[in-house]
Amino acid sequence: MLLYVFRRLLTAIPTLFVIVTLAFFLIRVAPGGPFNQERGLSPEVKANLEAQFGLGDPLWLQYWHYLQNLLHGNFGPSYNLPDFTVGELFAKGLPISIQLGASALTLALLIGSTLGIIAALNQNKAADYAVIATATAGSTIPTFVIAPIIQLLFGLTWKLLPIGGWGDGALINKIGPVLTLALPQIAIVARLMRGSMIESLRSHHIRTARALGLSDWSIVVKHALRGALLPIVSYAGPAAAALLTGSIIVETIFAIPGVGRYFVDAALNRDYTLVMGTVVVIAIFTILFNLIVDILYAVVDPRVRYD
Amino acid sequence: MLKKFLKATVFAVSLSMAGGMMIAPSLAEVVYNRGSAAEPESLDPHKTSTVYEAHVLRDMFLGLVTEDAKSEVIPGAAESWTVSDDGTVYTFKLRSGATWSDGSPVTAEDFVYAFQRLQDPKTAAEYASMMQKVKNAKEVNAGTKKPEELGVKAIDANTLEITLVAPTPYFLEVLTHQSTYPVSKAAIEKFGADWVKPGNLVSNGAYTLAEWVPNDHIKLVKNPKFYDAANVKIDVVNYIPTEDRSSAMKRYEAGELDSYDDLPTEQLTDLKAKFGDQVRVAPYLGTYYYAIKTSKAPWDNVELRNAVSMAIDRDFLAEKVWSNSMAPAYSMVPSGIEGYTTSPAAFAEESQIDREDAAKKILEKLGYGPDKPLKMEIRYNTSENHKNTAVAIQEQLKPLGIEVTLLNTDTKTHYGHLEQKGDFDVARAGWIADYNDPETFLEISRKADGHNYSDFDNPKFEQLMDAATAAGGKPEERFKLLGEAEKVLIDEVGNIPLLYYNYHNIVSPKLAGFEDNVMDRHPSRFISKE
Repeated sequence: MLLYVFRRLLTAIPTLFVIVTLAFFLIRVAPGGPFNQERGLSPEVKANLEAQFGLGDPLWLQYWHYLQNLLHGNFGPSYNLPDFTVGELFAKGLPISIQLGASALTLALLIGSTLGIIAALNQNKAADYAVIATATAGSTIPTFVIAPIIQLLFGLTWKLLPIGGWGDGALINKIGPVLTLALPQIAIVARLMRGSMIESLRSHHIRTARALGLSDWSIVVKHALRGALLPIVSYAGPAAAALLTGSIIVETIFAIPGVGRYFVDAALNRDYTLVMGTVVVIAIFTILFNLIVDILYAVVDPRVRYD
Repeated sequence: MLKKFLKATVFAVSLSMAGGMMIAPSLAEVVYNRGSAAEPESLDPHKTSTVYEAHVLRDMFLGLVTEDAKSEVIPGAAESWTVSDDGTVYTFKLRSGATWSDGSPVTAEDFVYAFQRLQDPKTAAEYASMMQKVKNAKEVNAGTKKPEELGVKAIDANTLEITLVAPTPYFLEVLTHQSTYPVSKAAIEKFGADWVKPGNLVSNGAYTLAEWVPNDHIKLVKNPKFYDAANVKIDVVNYIPTEDRSSAMKRYEAGELDSYDDLPTEQLTDLKAKFGDQVRVAPYLGTYYYAIKTSKAPWDNVELRNAVSMAIDRDFLAEKVWSNSMAPAYSMVPSGIEGYTTSPAAFAEESQIDREDAAKKILEKLGYGPDKPLKMEIRYNTSENHKNTAVAIQEQLKPLGIEVTLLNTDTKTHYGHLEQKGDFDVARAGWIADYNDPETFLEISRKADGHNYSDFDNPKFEQLMDAATAAGGKPEERFKLLGEAEKVLIDEVGNIPLLYYNYHNIVSPKLAGFEDNVMDRHPSRFISKE
């Protein structure tokens, strides 16, 4: 197993390199540059700025410099927030996004799985229909609708939660964004869990367990759940990578200083260094969580072995 | 297993959510939570490019001159000044005893250093152009002269002399701009690029920097060393960026924000009904216009350009598309500049129906009709309101047989295309004044100016603009010449002005001293909160 993990981490290096290379050149192919704006700059000022950021060099040289800096862990200064390096922006924002994303994911796995199991055990009964209806609604109503409704009800009408802001990380400031992030995930997990649980309950080993006279609780929790978890694990990996790196919609509406906004803002602003930072971060998260998923497979399913 | 899973989850949720505690402000402090629509880019006065930096920097730094609550020029770091008879040499007497927030004295040398740093190519200041009326400034910025050759010198610790290339009647207005604030030479030399970080940054204004969490808040605290600290009523100013305007309105309503500077225009009518005079919509020195490529057929024909301009119903745009958050525009220079009379288009007074008839006649005369429709493409940068404006114009021009197509690109692509003199018919642009003077709206149409997207090239206009520069020492004559230049620009349809900007703030009734003015400047030092 350790060898497997080591091998996987080793293959991640060329993958990252390809991703960085593609991203570096693709963002520079996009028309316009970091210094095109409504108030245009004089040619002298633009030349000064380009010299400062090394944009006057040939593209291959810029790429070479970027790779060198990257290997030293230096993502360079942000073009649009020059008081901060890309590293500083992520150091400040990423923990915030991770906190919100991890809370939302945990809630989603916990509540979603429970609802899914309840639905599966009561297939085609009222409880099942209630879960399916809620799950369908939850996964179809977009976050940009859920978020303002939460603000309106909990913030303005009942005055239980603040409307927005991070509030130095106060618990009360996190409830709205976490709920908004979690609701659609709860819906998806519930649906997945329901489907795979029904399938698992129909499998041969469950029939055998029933024949052996095991209790319902033991059948569901010890035997059926284990098999039913596989699709959830496959889903949770990429979902974690996406949730932990923040959401521009939730961050913008709740005015949360996470990193989700950088994924969109950096590209729109042609903030080349910040774009590269976001690409590297999301690539690492994706690679890491795919690996975790694969390891969890082996933990959950005795049929999977990496020897 | 489920039990373990349950326990682990409950633990994880509580752990990940409990990462902070509520911080309650002490009661004695007066805290002003000042909402803004965007995050400032930098707190280095020489690296700014938007109004969001201007608001914060205005509270932290004090230029040679500054503005009062109504944005009138008043003495700042300089308590008095004299101007030479030819209008080119300004001598400023600095306030004696004034200090930086770390207690060291503010000297003329600090200003010399700041102005040199602004022009130094190594600084790469976007707003270097603000001070390029200063002798040798352009050359220093282009790298052909050394920063030490800039026409700024410290006569003694409290006397600063600035030499200009030509008399510039609006020079004091320029000196209220954030790019002209002093910076502490000692702090920059000590901390390098990190001098802007909280703890390192020293300033000479009413407030100093306490915290900056990007995209969350900038906390400024009252500077006890500020010369007029006795009259500063607010102890803490939190600048709180809230990009989502609808959220910002809810935050305002819930009392999380005491003011906000960019209302959602589509909700303006409802907001006015709900909040009454807390909603402040007032003219702002800015013009929303369409550039029209005057250097290429068929747009090289002034009559044709005029027909298009005439047919656009600006009242409709202002009222229906922008919910009166903008005002109809017929001139490049908005009204509101004292002493200047704008030169609106000749058709401004005519009814829309008459204008459409006149436009139709011109088009017929030029041979356009059902068999030979005039085709026009409008380029605009991504924004719901820019799109709606272009669609409305498309509909307005349809009855005239003009086939308008729309092309939307993101802001960087849009301005990249315009700056590189790319091909287009008509393109959206806007101009907001940095200083209170008509010239800023007119020089962007000069032949050699980088913002002359229309390729406007008119000798008479150039000549009048030159004459206005030469008349720098005589303000009345200068304004008259600028007015004539604007008339040429409008008659020749070098641009199609569509709307004047209004600013739209919402201001809590708890705040006093937040005065409306055309520059939309509201220094916190003149504001108080009950």
